[in-house]
Amino acid sequence: MKMITAVVRPHKLDDLHTAVARLGAQGMTVTEVMGFGRQKGHLEHYRSAEYRIEFIPKTRVEIAVADQDVEPMIEAIANVARTGKVGDGKIFVAPLSEVIRIRTGETGTAAT
Amino acid sequence: MRIARPTSLTLAPLLALAPALALAQDAPVPDKGDTAWVMTATMLVILMTIPGLALFYGGMVRSKNVLSVLMQVFVTFCLIAILWSIYGYSIAFTNGNAFFGGFDRLFLDGLTSSSVAATFSKGVYIPEFAYFCFQLTFAAITPSLIVGAFAERLKFSAVLAFVVIWFTFAYLPIAHMVWWWAGPDAYTDAEAAAAAAATAGFLFQKGALDFAGGTVVHINAGIAGLVGAMVAGRRVGFGTSAMPPHNLPMVMIGASLLWVGWIGFNVGSNLEASPFAAQVFANTILATAAAALAWTFAEWAAKGTPTMLGAASGCVAGLVAITPACGWVGPMGAIVIGLAAGLVCLWACTGLKRAMGYDDSLDVFGVHCVGGILGALLTAVFCSPSLGGTGVYDYVANEVGAYSIGTQFIAQLWGVGLTLVWSGVVAFIAFKLVGLTIGLRVTEEQEREGLDTVSHGERAYNN
Repeated sequence: MKMITAVVRPHKLDDLHTAVARLGAQGMTVTEVMGFGRQKGHLEHYRSAEYRIEFIPKTRVEIAVADQDVEPMIEAIANVARTGKVGDGKIFVAPLSEVIRIRTGETGTAAT
Repeated sequence: MRIARPTSLTLAPLLALAPALALAQDAPVPDKGDTAWVMTATMLVILMTIPGLALFYGGMVRSKNVLSVLMQVFVTFCLIAILWSIYGYSIAFTNGNAFFGGFDRLFLDGLTSSSVAATFSKGVYIPEFAYFCFQLTFAAITPSLIVGAFAERLKFSAVLAFVVIWFTFAYLPIAHMVWWWAGPDAYTDAEAAAAAAATAGFLFQKGALDFAGGTVVHINAGIAGLVGAMVAGRRVGFGTSAMPPHNLPMVMIGASLLWVGWIGFNVGSNLEASPFAAQVFANTILATAAAALAWTFAEWAAKGTPTMLGAASGCVAGLVAITPACGWVGPMGAIVIGLAAGLVCLWACTGLKRAMGYDDSLDVFGVHCVGGILGALLTAVFCSPSLGGTGVYDYVANEVGAYSIGTQFIAQLWGVGLTLVWSGVVAFIAFKLVGLTIGLRVTEEQEREGLDTVSHGERAYNN
């Protein structure tokens, strides 16, 4: 099993949800986050005050998937989240040692 | 915007001349339309202060200080309303010397529902109670404007103490100097006019024109704000940490309420629901729109994006600049004044502010003082009948007199200069006095925590 963590542009969330649901994802966790990458920040100006906003709002999506689903899932996420401009985000894939569904006590891929 | 309690002496010749009035009783009876309009205008000025100004300011501060600003405006309004009835009205709007009025109306002594106040037309009066309330709102909004300059760092008690001192020794005399006169009925012939003029306020005698309060309200408040920002010092973290406005929609709502309320402020200053009031109405709308556009497009050109804060700021700058001029200029003059105000105030809030390094939190100086000065000086230019203005009415000849831009410009300089010096000095002394007794600022730790919890024990946004 793998944990896929995707950090994407906030307005891509709906498309991403549709795409992974079509691939059979049974659940995902969404968090509003801030950060910086190659995109860096941007300037905001309020009368005489100019501020460089270092951290940009992004949306983080976490999905636990069975090993055989990892590749298509990554491909689907990358396809919907890509605009081709700096700031499209990143996908992290990490090994997942265990998953437990609290209600039933199921474990492993059955619980994802 | 002036008052006179006509004596039977000044009324007698008028009654003889005006058959329409002659049927009336001994005391002049105010027109119901005028009365209704001035009371409506008074409500509009309240709307412009609370909530208008309070929201405009409140949105611009950080969320930890929004209640402190709302409270400072709200309580200042209430405090001045009471002081106005106790001694303020009497010192501003009764006969005294050229700088201070007298004590005839102390505790509103002698003011009854049948007392009348003069307008700008001979034989036309409004109830003095209506005039009292209308002027009350002007007295209350002016110190409320100042609190924006030292927002986010002063003790609540220090703000209130300052407001009382400054209102008493700066607002009241300036209002008396600019607006007090004997009323048009006193101007029957050259000799009577000279005698009446000698009782008017100092700047009125100098011929300074200020229709709705460019000097009395805006220059007066703006310079006091600058002095306050400098005496109090900069906010902790000014220039190093980000202090963006916490709620720009609130700023937009506040600015829009100011615009609506300002119609009462400017058009109400005509004191009569006369045809001319409609021209003042048009001037106020046009100058404001022009200034908002000027600020927006200039910012767009200079910074790359037109901001909501810029449009709202331009709107207020235009309102400030047209305030002294709104009853003296034509609609095209109003548009030019608005355009100039948008550009000049934008510069004052950016280039000038950066160059001088003061921390006027909400740009009270840049918008109100600079806009007020610009409006006061341009009044001299666009009042000229050759530029579509009204000229100045000669109440002896009963016609518009000869007009000279140069002469009027000198008179306007008197108004601007004296107000800057007088209000600046009073504000400096008042801030020093409060600083030495109560202490001006909260501690650095309290300032970082935010005035809402520290001074008021509550938080604006829970969850």
